[in-house]
Amino acid sequence: MNRTKFILMRLLGAALVLLIIAAACFAIFYLMPANPAQYSCGKPCSPERLAEVERYLGVDQAWWKQLFDFLGGIVGGRTYGEGAAAIHCNAPCFGYSFRLRDSVTDLVIDRLPITFSLTLGAAVLWGIGGIAAGLIAALKRGTAADSTVMGAAITGISAPTYLLGLLGILLFGFTLNVLPIGGYVPFTENPGMWAFHLILPWIVLAIANGAIYARLTRGQMLEVLSQDFIRTARAKGLSETTVIGKHGLRNLVVPLTTLFAIDIGGLLGGAVITEKVFGLGGVGTLLLEAVSNLDIQVIVGVTLFAAAVVIIANLLADFSYSLLDPRIKAVR
Amino acid sequence: MIGLALVVFFVALAALAPAFSAITGNSPYAYNPDALGPDTAPTGPLGGVSAQHWFGVEPRTGRDLFAIVSYGAQVSLLIGLASTAVSIMVGVAVGLIAGFYGGVADRLLSRLTDIIFGFPFLIFAIALSATVPASVPRPLLLILVIGFFGWPSIARVVRSETLSLRERGFVRAAAAQGIGSGRIIIREIIPNILATIIVFTTVSIPGKIGAEAALSFLGVGVNPPTPSWGRSISDAISWVQVDPMYLIFPGMALFLVTLGFNMFGDGLRDALDPSEAEASTTTSTEAAPAAAPVSTDPLSAGGQA
Repeated sequence: MNRTKFILMRLLGAALVLLIIAAACFAIFYLMPANPAQYSCGKPCSPERLAEVERYLGVDQAWWKQLFDFLGGIVGGRTYGEGAAAIHCNAPCFGYSFRLRDSVTDLVIDRLPITFSLTLGAAVLWGIGGIAAGLIAALKRGTAADSTVMGAAITGISAPTYLLGLLGILLFGFTLNVLPIGGYVPFTENPGMWAFHLILPWIVLAIANGAIYARLTRGQMLEVLSQDFIRTARAKGLSETTVIGKHGLRNLVVPLTTLFAIDIGGLLGGAVITEKVFGLGGVGTLLLEAVSNLDIQVIVGVTLFAAAVVIIANLLADFSYSLLDPRIKAVR
Repeated sequence: MIGLALVVFFVALAALAPAFSAITGNSPYAYNPDALGPDTAPTGPLGGVSAQHWFGVEPRTGRDLFAIVSYGAQVSLLIGLASTAVSIMVGVAVGLIAGFYGGVADRLLSRLTDIIFGFPFLIFAIALSATVPASVPRPLLLILVIGFFGWPSIARVVRSETLSLRERGFVRAAAAQGIGSGRIIIREIIPNILATIIVFTTVSIPGKIGAEAALSFLGVGVNPPTPSWGRSISDAISWVQVDPMYLIFPGMALFLVTLGFNMFGDGLRDALDPSEAEASTTTSTEAAPAAAPVSTDPLSAGGQA
């Protein structure tokens, strides 16, 4: 299979999966509650407003027509209501919040920079820290360094982010008073303050996630190092740096990329917990606010957005494999 | 065996919660305004720790924190164990069918496994909890939701082990004797993957406990007044400066039980399957982790959002 065909097939497959997830979300969230208009209307909801929302949403239509409108909106945008009071929601339209009077797409885009900043910084930290720690543990196997790293890793995996975050706030925010206890400053406004406000959330996420990378890196590295080609490389008289760096590390790239894609994709769809702990108003917070207001359009929209991000991240990882590891091109 | 000791400790704490309650006379639901100062913070050192209240009391209500933590252990373990059981049953069934029958069934099930594996569990669970009618008991909903999203990693491992077992002599011999597939699966395949299933069961429990706590922390888990560590930690946010012990006790309980199961699972894996102990089973030529290493379970990642 040549590369263009491979990419096309994967794109098609991803689009199909997204479509299935969208239909499943529609079925669960719009067909299950007694009256989706009641949810979309918000609280308090006057009878006139309820009737208006019902008409706008078209809940009086057959379910397949509603599904078609919903999916059509994602592809080509849709218009709620008609005449002068019509509300247009541009493609891709994941729904319209009648409570916030804005399309879900715009709401997510507004919140995305915060979630993006949080994810990106943390990913850099846990990527470097986790992989480095795992490598040290693998190369110094059986030493005190190894057991320290592995001990720290199992602690990091077992400590929930909110607990780490709250302890961090307690220590650095309240007791030592050296770091802010929350809040967000846009990068465009002041890059220094942006990083200053995000440093604690970054570290917390990096500890929790980096632990997994350390364990994976160590396990993979030990497996690779036990194989014949490494013995051959050593027997050839290659320096240890070349053996580890060139022959060893190369085999870690694909599994680490896979994990990275899942983790980054998952966080970009809403780092719900970390955002809540540090008072960051990102995509995850948007979802929590929507849940407490039963704003179902936003709930469904954010869920779909999160699913889409994960699928896209996996897609990018898939595409990168053939670049990272030439053997994969032929198989896939 | 620190791990096992921690697990036993918390199982005992959960089981003996009513006994402790009877000894101290504290119920996790009873308000004790006397234990609170005028600012509704607990009086006395360490959040009101005393002979009467071993872990102090909850700010604002004065409920006994030890009773909350010990009854919270019941909730936590119940949901964690039950949802693990759901995951393992679904995962083993899917893995066996995909691995043993192969063909279309395998392709469809493997694709489904991929989708669920990458699905943003936490987001979906939050969304679902908002729309499921209140008449559905929350613990049941949590068990089903957490259990349903937790099966892909075990399914992958069971599938790949079944695939290789299927080609082994004793399985083919059984098939050649005309023994039915159902019987082969039960008599020949399952006994050979039992050790893997046991290890996976143990290492999935902490992720599930964490998922329940995370959802309760986010306010979409177990409903009050049922004690939940996650909700206590969430409530502790606004008290962290005045009464840090309100965060520390439930937080440490959650941390230690997770640590216990993780360490116990690691130890069990090393003991039952020495080859897996040193290396995860992912091979570099496969794009997706064929057998996801224990710690990449999306549920544990989901709890770390």
